[in-house]
Parts: sequence; C-alpha cells; structure tokens
Amino acid sequence: MATNDSTTNVKRLQVRRFKPEENPETHYLNQEKGLWAWLTTVDHKKIGLMYLGAIAFFFFVGGVLALLLRTELLTPARSFMDADVYNQVFTLHGAIMIFFFLIPAGPAVLGNFILPLQLGAKDVAFPRLNLASFYIYVIGALFTLFAIFTGGVDTGWTFYTPYSATTGGNVMAMTFGVFILGFSSILTGMNFIVTIHKMRAPGITWNKLPLNMWALYATSIIQILATPVLAITLLLLTMERALGIGIFDPALGGDPVLYQHFFWFYSHPAVYIMIVPGFGVISEVISTFSRKIIFGYWAIALSSLAIAFIGFLVWGHHMFTAGQSSLANMVFSFLTFLVGIPTGIKIFNWLATMYKGSIDMKTPMLYAMVFLFLFTLGGFTGIMLGALSVDIHLHDTYYVVAHFHYVMMGGMVMAFLAGLHYWWPKMFGKMYSEFWAKISLGLLFIGFNMTFLPQFVMGAQGMPRRYFNYIDQFQSFHQFSTIGAYVMGVAFVIMAGYMLHSLLKGKPASANPWGSRALEWQTSSPPDLHNFHHTPVVINGPYDYHKPMSEFQLGIATSHNGHGHHDHKTVNVSKTEKEQA
Amino acid sequence: MNRLTEFMLPPAKSTTAEATDALFHFINVTSIILLLGITVAIIYFSWKYRRRSDDDVTPVIAHNSKLEITWSVIPLILVMIVFGWGFTGYINLITPPDDAYEIRVVGKSWLWEFHYETGHVSVNELHVPVNRPVKLIMSSDDVLHSFYIPDYRVKMDVLPNRYTSLWFEATEISESVIYCTEYCGTAHSNMLATAHVHSQEDFETWLETAGSADDDMDPVELGEQLVTRNACNTCHSADGTRLIGPTFQGLWMAERTMQDGEVVVADANYIRESILEPNARINEGYDPVMPSYAGSLDDRQIDAIIEYIKTLQ
Repeated sequence: MATNDSTTNVKRLQVRRFKPEENPETHYLNQEKGLWAWLTTVDHKKIGLMYLGAIAFFFFVGGVLALLLRTELLTPARSFMDADVYNQVFTLHGAIMIFFFLIPAGPAVLGNFILPLQLGAKDVAFPRLNLASFYIYVIGALFTLFAIFTGGVDTGWTFYTPYSATTGGNVMAMTFGVFILGFSSILTGMNFIVTIHKMRAPGITWNKLPLNMWALYATSIIQILATPVLAITLLLLTMERALGIGIFDPALGGDPVLYQHFFWFYSHPAVYIMIVPGFGVISEVISTFSRKIIFGYWAIALSSLAIAFIGFLVWGHHMFTAGQSSLANMVFSFLTFLVGIPTGIKIFNWLATMYKGSIDMKTPMLYAMVFLFLFTLGGFTGIMLGALSVDIHLHDTYYVVAHFHYVMMGGMVMAFLAGLHYWWPKMFGKMYSEFWAKISLGLLFIGFNMTFLPQFVMGAQGMPRRYFNYIDQFQSFHQFSTIGAYVMGVAFVIMAGYMLHSLLKGKPASANPWGSRALEWQTSSPPDLHNFHHTPVVINGPYDYHKPMSEFQLGIATSHNGHGHHDHKTVNVSKTEKEQA
Repeated sequence: MNRLTEFMLPPAKSTTAEATDALFHFINVTSIILLLGITVAIIYFSWKYRRRSDDDVTPVIAHNSKLEITWSVIPLILVMIVFGWGFTGYINLITPPDDAYEIRVVGKSWLWEFHYETGHVSVNELHVPVNRPVKLIMSSDDVLHSFYIPDYRVKMDVLPNRYTSLWFEATEISESVIYCTEYCGTAHSNMLATAHVHSQEDFETWLETAGSADDDMDPVELGEQLVTRNACNTCHSADGTRLIGPTFQGLWMAERTMQDGEVVVADANYIRESILEPNARINEGYDPVMPSYAGSLDDRQIDAIIEYIKTLQ
C-alpha cells in the first residue's frame, strides 16, 4: 500500500490508521478566541464561514427585494411602488443575487471550507491572500451599498450602454463595487488552482481527486480567465460615463453592441462559475447517500472541464436579436448546443450512480434530487432558447427569466443548499432537525415551481421581462407566481429557524454522520484548526464504497510528519497499525 | 400535449409563425418525454434501492461504455436536429422577399414612430396590408430598444448607431400588440404600440387619408387626439398627476422654474420649444428624457396641442 509508486520515483511511507476523534474538545471554532481572531484569521474554514455569513446576508436582501417585486406585480401599473423604484429594485435584486450571492456561494463559501479538507491539506496555498479576498469582497459590497444609498441604479444588472452611460443614479459606484469584487473572485480562483496542484495529501493522484475538486478546479480556471474581462468592461463603462471616451457611445462613433460582447464574454462563463461548483457538490452528495462508487468518474470530471472550455465560446447566444451577424448567430447557436451535451452526460451519470445503490433519503440527498429535476428542466428550456428561430420569439421575455431561475435557483441554490446541509455537521459539529429541513425543502420545491412555471407560459405568450406595467391578460399568471414566491419566503424562514436552532441547541454530530468515504469526513466534526492531526494518506478513490472504512483513515505513521506538535492528541486513536514496505 | 403548447403560445398571425411554433412543439414534447423518464428513474431508484440496513453492500459499477456512448450520442443527434431546424427557420426570418413593403421605424424613449412612403408618420400605430411582406427598417434616437410582435414571432433590437430590420407577412386582418423588449428606463413597460392589419384596399385608403383626416377637426379636439396619438400622455397627464414629465393641467401661462433657476412663463413659444427642442430648458425636478418631435409634428398640429393645453386649467 505504498503511495507515489512509479518507476522513476519510489517513495515509501509508513502509514497507520487514525480514527477521527468524536466530539473533540478543541476545534477550529474554539482554538482562537474573540472577534479579532475571527477578523484576522487565515484559517480557510473560518474565512469560508465569514463568507457564508456575508452571502446569507445578501441572499436575504436579494430575497426581500424579489418579494417586493413580486408584490408590486400583483396588479398591472402601480401597486405600491413607482416605476423608477421598481427598476432600481429589479436591478439590485439581479446584481446582488449574481455578484454577491451566486458567484461567491460555490467557490468562496463551500469551496473555501471544503477544498483543503478534501485534499488533506492544512489550508489553502496562500492563506493571507484568501483573507484578503474576503476583505476585497467586503469593500466591493460597501461600494455597492454606497451606490444604493446615493441615488440607486436602474440599469438592470447587465449595465447595457448607452442607457447605463446616460441614466441618473450612482452607476459608477455600483460598477466600481462590482469591479473590486472581481479581484476577490480572481484571488480565490488562483488560490484554489495552486492548492489543488501543490497541496494534495500523499496518494491523491489526479484520478483520485474528488469530483468536487475537479469542479472547483474548472471553476477557478473560468474565474481567472473571464473575470479580468468584466473588470476591463466596467472600467471602460466608467470612463465612458465620466470622461465620454466614446467606446460604446454611438454619438461619438462607439458601438453599444461591443459592450454586450464584452459583458457577456464574462457573464456567460460566470454562469458556469455559479453552477459548476454545484455539480461538484451533487457528485459528492449522490455518491455518499447512495453509498456507491460514482458512475463515470472521468466523464463527470472531464465534462466539468469541457463545460468550462466551451462555456467561453457561447456568449453570443445572449445576443441573437442584438444585431450581430447571422453567421455569428449560427456559430453561437451551434456551440450552445455542444455545451448542453456534457451537462446532459452528468445528469445521466448521477442517475446511474443511484442505480443499485443504498439510497438514504436524508435532506442533502433530497436536495440533490430536487436539483436533478429542476436543473434538467432548466437545461431543456435552455435548449429551447438556443434554437435560433424560437429564441427570436422568446428572447427578453419571462421565458428567459423562468429559464435562468430554474438553472440558477433550481440548479445552483438547490446544489448549494444540498452542500450546506451535507457539510453542516462538519462545519459546526451539530445536527439539524431532519423533520423541519424536509418540511422546508417541500415548501421550497412547491413554491419554486409555483413561482417560475407560470413564467414559462407568460413568456411564451409574449410577456417581456423587466416590465413594471403589463397588459391584463397576464395578471392571473403574475398573481400565481407571486403566491409561489411567498411560499418560498416561508420555506426560507423555516430554514433560518432550524439552522439557528441547530447552532444553539443542535445535537452533536459525529465525525462522519453520513458514512462517507470522502477525506473531509475522516477528521473530527468540527475539524481541528489544522484540519487533521496527521498527514492523511490516500490509497483509494474517494468513492470506493466497496472498500472498508479503515482504508480511508490512514495517515503517515512517524511522529515527525509535519503535524508533530499535535501528535499527543492522536495517540489514543491508533488501533490497526499498518506498516508497508 | 399539443394543447399544452398551444396554451403557451399567442395566436400565430404571420407566415413564419407556424414554422417557429412547430419547433417549439418539438422541443417541448421531446423535453417532456425525457424529463418524465429522468424523473420516473429518480423516484423509482430512490424507492427500489432505498437503504435497508446500514450494512448494505453496493455493486461496483464504475462505467459502461455502451451506455455512455448511447446517452452522449442520442442527445447529440437530438440537439443537432434542433440546431438545424432552428437555423433554417432563422434564415427565413432574416430574409425578406424582394417585394417587401418598406416602413421606417424609429424607437424613442418611450414611443414608436412609423414613417410611411407618403411621408406620413404615425406614432404607436403600425398600419400594414394583409398578405403582403412588410419590411421594417429600424433605428433608435436614444438608447437601445427592441421591437417585438408576439403574434408574428418576430423581434429585433433597435439601435442608435445603425439600421436593423425585420420582416413579416401578416395573415389575418386584426390587431396585435407591439412591445419594447429591451429595457430602456422608466416607461419601458409603457412603450407599447399596436399593429393594425388592413386589406390592401383599406391600407391604401388609410395611407391617402391619414394625413388629411384631421383637416375638419376642431383644434382643441385635434390637440387632444394628437396628445394620445403621439404618446405625449405616457409622460404628461391631463389631470394633475405627476408622471415622468410635468402635467398639462394648469400649465398654460404658469410660471415655471427651470433647473438653472430661470423662471419662464409657459406661453405658446415655450410650449413650442418644449415640443421641438425638449432638452433646451428642463423643469426643476425632472429629467431631460423627452425625445424631440421635430419632423413628426407640423406647425398646425403644434397649434392644436397648444389650444388643447389652454383648456386644461
């Protein structure tokens, strides 16, 4: 069972089993004390939790804005807010949910917390940079809040020119905030790539890398390559507004369609920054709760990379009616269908993983199933929108609104919640109420479909998006949709309730409550500040459920293993000492 | 299932609509079949293979080349069909017949102007002959707009820096709603127009008389009609309500404070200037968003609007 065996470089390691300690007295949550220790921590887990707090706040704000929008849309014309306010509210809802919730939710929250644990590393490669990325996020957020309170922004989250270059409000502070935010995203991506390359525990070869790591790896590549384009675009937009340089302004010889190309060159890949980490979570959850080896490991791993790559080449499908050439439309439509294939392959692989499994219908697994259903529906409606002639009819209608909510909320938010419920015991060492979690999930599923299914119908019938006022024939659809949104609101209130209860009075969680084979479950819940008391050694794939648990709890046996100062805590857990020559 | 998709779509009133709808149906039916299959599999698996004891042993099924090729190739074939179908339909949508009747469309925040070959301009009313291809040549005077007629399944963005076009052939004498579908600010959702389809004869009659029908009208009545027809009332109320622009009520000869502090009496010259050069002077508390009506309203029509405003005391 030696690791790192190859003809050129044979390295022999002595390993023994380290059973994770149950309910440890000291762990990362209490090893450093006080607010200052939290604010200056370089621990990836705490940074992940601080991100979690931040995005939970923004999700709440964005969610309240959504409920305001839906309430206003109960009646045509004015219900309780003016058109200008409505336009600001939908702009903020979009900008907050995308830039402050969806983009950091995958990599910065779940990724930060779980990536070093799954790699058996003590931390990410550049812990200080990781902390810096959090503060850059906070500064970006402050700029955005400043923009909201100094005139607001009514451009839509897309900031299309020339409207965004001429309208009132504080567009500059907002775009500057998003500009700053981008650096946070870039730093996280770079940190993850280096960590995955350089800090894998002995034995984690590329074909033993958890699929969640492959997904984060693919995401990081997109973050690094695409985000700078957004930065450039927003900088140009700011210069356009402040100095009138005329890149996008037709009056000065500029081209507004160029802005759309720049914007979507980032913002389409950004869709994959949001959803690909979700794919990673779903792979982990389905395998764990089916207690079965993942079907098609390489198909899932490589399809993430394929999506990341092809995802760069499909931005023009947001612009089929924008006035780009028909040749460009054809090429972008074609590539859009190609990107659908790896996504479909993933769905089938997950299904095949469930086949003949031992399926435990715990909350994370239910979320994964809801994800499969909603995301597949979102995917099919994406095929509809990729078809050129049909998109001409559906573009910029509620059909598109429904489609991307199915993909982003039905897809990413469900995957994020699957991950949050899955790793919750690891994060806090506490269990939550399965009963209330399932009630909340049921309401969320019903409410979500009530909200967005009618929007497909409305959109196909011609209801344009971003409409404050609408013609009477759509009113019943809008009302149904609004009631659905309230149901979702209730579901989230229940969720906040049982999570808070779990934090305060939850039952202690065992180190591995789901019986997973993955590495992050082979340490205590919550983990030590340095994740493991030993250097983990991996000899099996992360989904080898046919092999005994003891083979997944190995670590370097010698006392000088890089974690020497913690050794005294590990002595009592060694039982089946193994020695390999 | 056909009924479901029919429920989803507005009536098809152009020659190209049916082809678009057929693809819409095809994708819907295929998707629903596949989605049902996947959903049934999820539910069946989670019941059939539910965990019975904590010691359950699961088989090692890591891959299956035949299965994987099948579920990659079949979807690939399906999406290629959809791609080809969608592309062919799109080619028809962007290729107007040579004999198409041309109408010039100008989008302004927040109204649509339609310029006809006779020089007549209609606002928010598009008049077209039935069973004859019509090509719209469109541009915007300010920000981006998008011209959309759901009944015809046509849409095209309207840009300030170039001409874009779309074409359709209406197949029945009726009216259809026209939307702006590219977000353009405060009154984006009020930037509606109506497409009126006439028989060829009626269309010609309308074209000949459109400009002169107002001749015999009383100026106040004409002014009131012009205010509606030119969408002035989208932003200016007649009853004192504050909309995007100042109300017309009590405007005549009132003292108005401008943004730069200047106080102006709203006389005939002021109103005329406000119509032709709306951004020359801006009322305090309002935004410079009104498009110019120079070229679309003649002097006599402006007179009529002034007469109408005089009555709103």
